[in-house]
Amino acid sequence: MEIRLFQMQRLSALVLAPLVLGHLALIVVVSGEDLSAAAILERTRGSWALGLYYGLFVFVAAIHAPIGLRAILREWTAWSGRSLDGAMVLFGLALLVLGGRALFGLVLS
Amino acid sequence: MIRASQRHVGFYAALIHRLSGLALALFLPAHFVVLGLALDAGGAMDRFLDWTTTPWVKLAETLLVVAFALHFSLGLRLLALEMLPWSSERKTAAGVGIGFSLLAGLLFLLNPL
Repeated sequence: MEIRLFQMQRLSALVLAPLVLGHLALIVVVSGEDLSAAAILERTRGSWALGLYYGLFVFVAAIHAPIGLRAILREWTAWSGRSLDGAMVLFGLALLVLGGRALFGLVLS
Repeated sequence: MIRASQRHVGFYAALIHRLSGLALALFLPAHFVVLGLALDAGGAMDRFLDWTTTPWVKLAETLLVVAFALHFSLGLRLLALEMLPWSSERKTAAGVGIGFSLLAGLLFLLNPL
């Protein structure tokens, strides 16, 4: 399982890299704007491109983050085994649900 | 105590990569919750956005942007070390990654665009 997780971590990193670069650029560009919920929704509502971009982002981040967090917790704490694996699966699912919910609201509402 | 073998650019690059990843993993659920506030008719997101203009929150945001860029650039370095035929550990790559991250943080903070 460790080899499979290692491979998934690297593969997800390769997918995330260009998405992160795009998100960083967006963060910098909008950082000086006077943002409001209405202004954000005006840009995001009905944007399928944005939905696909961030849908992929959320999905892959929900794989990448729990694997990385699991590795850190295994090395830096005494926590390991099935309880840790189960907790990380739940963490990944929580990211999927929270990210999917936010995206659904921003794009499809 | 840090051993001599750990007093190495690669060790610090790996440590920063981990710590930035940890910060992002903890931040991500909160980020999603806040984005989900956009639909709240009671103006919860606007109140949150007002709060983010305070100096300490802006500083925390800047640190998160730097952490995001650090995790990205030092992650690319790690992938390159593992997948490309690099003979040494390439201190320059770590330097470029950290420089890029500080630049991203500065651009976010000063917003010259």
